Amino acid sequence: MKKKYNFESRFKLANTASILLVIGSLLLIFFKGLNFGIDFKGGTLIELRVDSSNVGISDVRSSFSNMNLGDINVKEFGKKGDYLIKFEKKTFNGDSNIRTIKENVKNTLQAEVNFRRVENVGPKVSEELLSSGLLAISLALGAMLFYIWVRFEWQFSVGSILAIFHDVLITIGLFSLLSLEINLSIVAAVLTIVGYSMNDTVVIYDRIRENLSKFSSVKIGEISNISINETLSRTIITSLTTLLALTSIFVLGGEILRGFALAMIIGVIIGTYSSIFVASPILKYFNVSFKTIAKEKENL
Amino acid sequence: MLNFSKTKILSIYLIFLFVSIFSISNFFDLNKIFFNKKINLGLDLQGGSYLLLEVDSSSIEKRRLQSKVVPLKKKLNDSSIEFKNFIISEKNIKFNLQKKDLEKFEIFFEDRKGNDINNYLDQYNSFELEHKIVNNQINIYLSKYGVIKLRTAAVDQSIEIVRRRIDEIGTKEPSILKRGSSRILVELPGVKDPERIKELLGKTAELSFRLITEEAGEFGSEKFLLQGTQEEITASKRIILSGENLIDAQPKYDNFNNEPIVAFSLDRLGSQRFGRTTSKNIGKRIAIILDNEAISAPVIRDAITGGNGTISGNFTFQGATDLALLLRSGALPTPLTVVEERTVGPDLGKDSIEAGVVSLIVGFLLVIVFMIFKYRSFGVIANFSLISNLLMLVGILTLLEATLTLPGIAGIILTVGMAVDANVLIFERIKEELAKENSNIQAFDLGFKRSIVTILDANITTLIASVILFIFGSGPVKGFAVTLSIGLITTLFSAYFISRHLTSMVVFKNKEKKITI
Repeated sequence: MKKKYNFESRFKLANTASILLVIGSLLLIFFKGLNFGIDFKGGTLIELRVDSSNVGISDVRSSFSNMNLGDINVKEFGKKGDYLIKFEKKTFNGDSNIRTIKENVKNTLQAEVNFRRVENVGPKVSEELLSSGLLAISLALGAMLFYIWVRFEWQFSVGSILAIFHDVLITIGLFSLLSLEINLSIVAAVLTIVGYSMNDTVVIYDRIRENLSKFSSVKIGEISNISINETLSRTIITSLTTLLALTSIFVLGGEILRGFALAMIIGVIIGTYSSIFVASPILKYFNVSFKTIAKEKENL
Repeated sequence: MLNFSKTKILSIYLIFLFVSIFSISNFFDLNKIFFNKKINLGLDLQGGSYLLLEVDSSSIEKRRLQSKVVPLKKKLNDSSIEFKNFIISEKNIKFNLQKKDLEKFEIFFEDRKGNDINNYLDQYNSFELEHKIVNNQINIYLSKYGVIKLRTAAVDQSIEIVRRRIDEIGTKEPSILKRGSSRILVELPGVKDPERIKELLGKTAELSFRLITEEAGEFGSEKFLLQGTQEEITASKRIILSGENLIDAQPKYDNFNNEPIVAFSLDRLGSQRFGRTTSKNIGKRIAIILDNEAISAPVIRDAITGGNGTISGNFTFQGATDLALLLRSGALPTPLTVVEERTVGPDLGKDSIEAGVVSLIVGFLLVIVFMIFKYRSFGVIANFSLISNLLMLVGILTLLEATLTLPGIAGIILTVGMAVDANVLIFERIKEELAKENSNIQAFDLGFKRSIVTILDANITTLIASVILFIFGSGPVKGFAVTLSIGLITTLFSAYFISRHLTSMVVFKNKEKKITI
């Protein structure tokens, strides 16, 4: 047998850290808030490329500022000369439309401007996107919990949901801390994190269930420890390969996929941690034993 | 677990071949030899414009309610019911009745057969209108289903008109779909600047020809400011001709002053009516009203009986072309507003797809190298299974004519992760069993048996989540869910059948030797 690590003895310390991190994330989310993109806030986004070396970020900003567009946010986006401009204005009517904005910008900058992307989300749609995103996440969570409850026992369901909340809250907390933008593709990333974390937790839970029936007299804490150790090499290899693929998107996938990849990288690390240090201790606190799963075995 | 019959092996690889063969057309141009479908690229990858339009049905509801006023008053008079304080507002018609007439009113108002005021909608088991009585005051308004019926009709009609207008502009492969109860989704691949299309879709293009009169007459009159002048004109509300009577409209240059004009031809009914009106009113002026704006008001010099005419109004040639297009394609029942717009230029799309594909290939190669490094010959099996997995995934996406978006590429990358995980689970489990068992075959058999439970649990949980995302998610979430869902299914297939079969071949060959993973 390979070297055995004592994870059980670290449960308390890890849980304290997790609780602090979750509280910290909640505080950040409530007080610092989230940087919602136009998908959820409504507004307009323009990505442009200027073919001139004497146009700087301040020129781009001032070319938009005299048009009454509300709060304007300009940043460099990837290559030199690429800018991403976001402004509050959500609806256009009459003479003020995207075409006039484009013409004004071209005239003030006195340079060739390539409008690579224009997105405009009205107030009604942004609300709907947010609520449908939340609905999709909640339903997906609910369905997964139901599956775990059917396949395992309710204690496992609770354990996996706590692990997932832990992962999602800390990821969103980090986004708040770093003021990274939350848009529709981040919702997709959060969902992937949920899937990944659940996958990881299921692998360990599967082993715990197997070992519970194998060593019916051993306490759950020790069972968890054995199971985590037995699956450890798999956990590491899978996390490594997934991180390899994600790093490749983060570095090479272009500006638009970068936020997605970053959320996923954070999520994979936290998700791997949580299956070991959140999902497993919870079974211990519930005092899950051979008897808990015996009922199910009879039915099989 | 390791025994495969010949038919089983044959059917596994036949399924694999059948599914993955459809992926070929994405890599090579087959010139329609056998199959020429390709995965559709989303607008974010190929460039194009996405417009979400909203049909505002409140004006139609108002108009519908107003159309009830004349027949209702007539019916009340015919039934000798006295009414007072008749008020029409945006959403209600209100009037007072005497107590004795209330029942009489309700009998005709809620008559299910031959009721030409309050239609009975069979498909909803409901009337078009509902009413309340408070202190002898009747309050009539559209019922829930009455509104639904109007709205559905308005959206369906709008889709038809939108399609005609976009076809006239001539963009390639537009997709026009109904979204929810009051929205229309328009996707225009390759369109870089949707402003002109937005302008054309934003106009209802309701055209009417009316006589200019001084006296109000029985229909009443309205005041307009004549476009391009300061002149105020009073036009009768009586419509001589409307856009519906037009069968064609084309932009032309005027023979005399070379100004752009729109020449139109009328249908039979329209020509008769136009001929009659113009011959009776020579010397008077006729107002041409488009979307509540008077665009011109020429003097009638001769009777126009041929059914052809022109509209002039200080147009540019582009303006005349657009107006002709709008008139040809018909009027929208109500204005459309753009509530969401996303346009990606072709070069950004190209950049995105290049970056996406490069990152996919690099990520994939990293994983392949890592697996060979870690598992040697079994790594080769895992990689073969991984490649066949991706080929099947692309094949199914092609067969379903699915749309590949940027988040979809991310879904494929996650599939790679899940597929590797399946193989890692199997190998690690076998390793454990090899340490305990003496017989190789026994160890492999147990390893597969036990790991497959975990693989199923893990993939099914993720699959459930991604199917739900596909159903309830929108936009990028959906694109992600499509590739992930299909990817999870192909992962299960390739891990359960292909990896298992290849491993069994290696194991049977090396029955007696010591196998290390």
